[in-house]
Amino acid sequence: MGRFEIVFSGFGGQGIVLAGLIIGKAAAIFDGKEAVFTQSYGPEARGGASSSSVVVDEERVDYPYAENPDLLVVMSQEAYNKRIGMLKPGGTLVYDSDLVKIDERARKASEIYGIPATRIAEEKLGKRIVANIVILGFLARICKVISKESLKKAVLDTVPRKFREVNEKAFELGYSYLDWRE
Amino acid sequence: MNPGMHFLSGNIACAEGAIAVGCRFFAGYPITPSTEIAEHMAYRLPQVKGIYVQMEDELASMAAIIGASWGGMKAMTATSGPGFSLMQENIGLAVMTETPCVVVNVQRGAPSTGLPTLVGQGDVMQARWGSHGSYEIIALCPNSPQECFDLTVRAFNLSEKYRVPVILLMDECVGHMYERVFIPEEVEIVNRKKPLEDKRDYLPFLPKEDLVPEMALAGEGFRIHVTGLTHDERGYPATNPEAHEKLVRRLCEKIRVNKKKIVDYEGVLLDDSDVLIVAYGAPSRTSMRALREARKRGIRVGLFRLKTIWPFPEEELRKASSNVEHIVVPEINYGQLVLEVERVCKGGEVHLIPKMGGRVHSPREILEYLINLNR
Repeated sequence: MGRFEIVFSGFGGQGIVLAGLIIGKAAAIFDGKEAVFTQSYGPEARGGASSSSVVVDEERVDYPYAENPDLLVVMSQEAYNKRIGMLKPGGTLVYDSDLVKIDERARKASEIYGIPATRIAEEKLGKRIVANIVILGFLARICKVISKESLKKAVLDTVPRKFREVNEKAFELGYSYLDWRE
Repeated sequence: MNPGMHFLSGNIACAEGAIAVGCRFFAGYPITPSTEIAEHMAYRLPQVKGIYVQMEDELASMAAIIGASWGGMKAMTATSGPGFSLMQENIGLAVMTETPCVVVNVQRGAPSTGLPTLVGQGDVMQARWGSHGSYEIIALCPNSPQECFDLTVRAFNLSEKYRVPVILLMDECVGHMYERVFIPEEVEIVNRKKPLEDKRDYLPFLPKEDLVPEMALAGEGFRIHVTGLTHDERGYPATNPEAHEKLVRRLCEKIRVNKKKIVDYEGVLLDDSDVLIVAYGAPSRTSMRALREARKRGIRVGLFRLKTIWPFPEEELRKASSNVEHIVVPEINYGQLVLEVERVCKGGEVHLIPKMGGRVHSPREILEYLINLNR
């Protein structure tokens, strides 16, 4: 497998940081791989830009930051505009299709997936804050680097106990999105 | 936290290391990027019957941990550059009164308030020389969350053993990155030597063979007097040349003679290298990546990673660098530890790769430097 870099980007309040933490935990604790999770860290608040990254490897991760992500997840137009340049040619792009319009810059990706994660979270679960978990479920389906079981375990291990059920539903909705979408 | 594998940030791992080794007193003034240490200690200490005090400033924080230590607690504080500056006077007091305590500095961009949220390594010389006077101090430098845990444990143990403040010199990158951290069932715990029952003849600053005096605590019935003034073996002020010579010499020597036991480093491919990278903290991880890439290109690079920066591992580095042509020192500052490297390495040419702007070097930056050296 080698070094695999994942970047999540959006705005504060979308759970961008939590999503990165959960992937890191899934890889490092439940999959037994090496993983480093970092987050953009600045004078940021809800509504401002937010991003997090996870580097997964079989060997110990040396440089902790993502330089050219193999997988880029964007949940805002600003995040797409800012980060699309760093996506590795031949990498995978996942975007919230209600919030982001992609353009010719996305062509360097070999796989592109749009998923209306925020709408799914709002319409099917009544909680837009679980949009990030919908995305994680979706990643479990399309990304071979982290197993579904580990990712789901990490979600349930990380979210507050009383919100486990809604998060589990969000995860499964994302995982099965390709099967039920119109 | 339960023993076993966890996914933690360096800051939280540091706090857990402190709890594991028996720290039960934290006084601090939260400051970015060290805040999670104070936050986690505030959460954890009440669970283990410890005390967390949020102080009015860093002068008071440092004073409080000195007092707590004399009351018998293992005590620490955590800060970043601006707070570290404010602590310097009382760090000197801890040195002079031989008070075991741990000071964590999660370095950020500086001078002054600088870059609060971004990485820096500008406090290397301040850790060594920040307080006034001639003294020796111990400073450790982790490069991963696991090491934040392990070296916090070690910081307390060294501090108890040598009765000296120990500085854990972290950086924002290592403090905020999350990685796997193994918390063992138990950790090695060193406690300060205590005097025997002879309360009448106890001399609180009479050194033993290892140059470290036994430490009686306030309230145990021993007569103690603790002062920042030059003092005699009774602890009473003795501001004469003989007493000063004797005391300052011993404060320095107790660290110098034990240097071999204190210094710790990691050597990577030292045997056949033409170029040696000397690094600590976050840049040591970037250097490891550059080393791998350079080796693929046939450039024989080794890495000398310092886990203790003070005392500086002079002999060890001199030996490791004796056959190399170039020594490369990437630091997130404009040249600090490189001065020590220049002093120690007599053979090869020493090159600084400075970095400002609140970022770590990119692996490519260091790799290109290595490639250019080999042209």
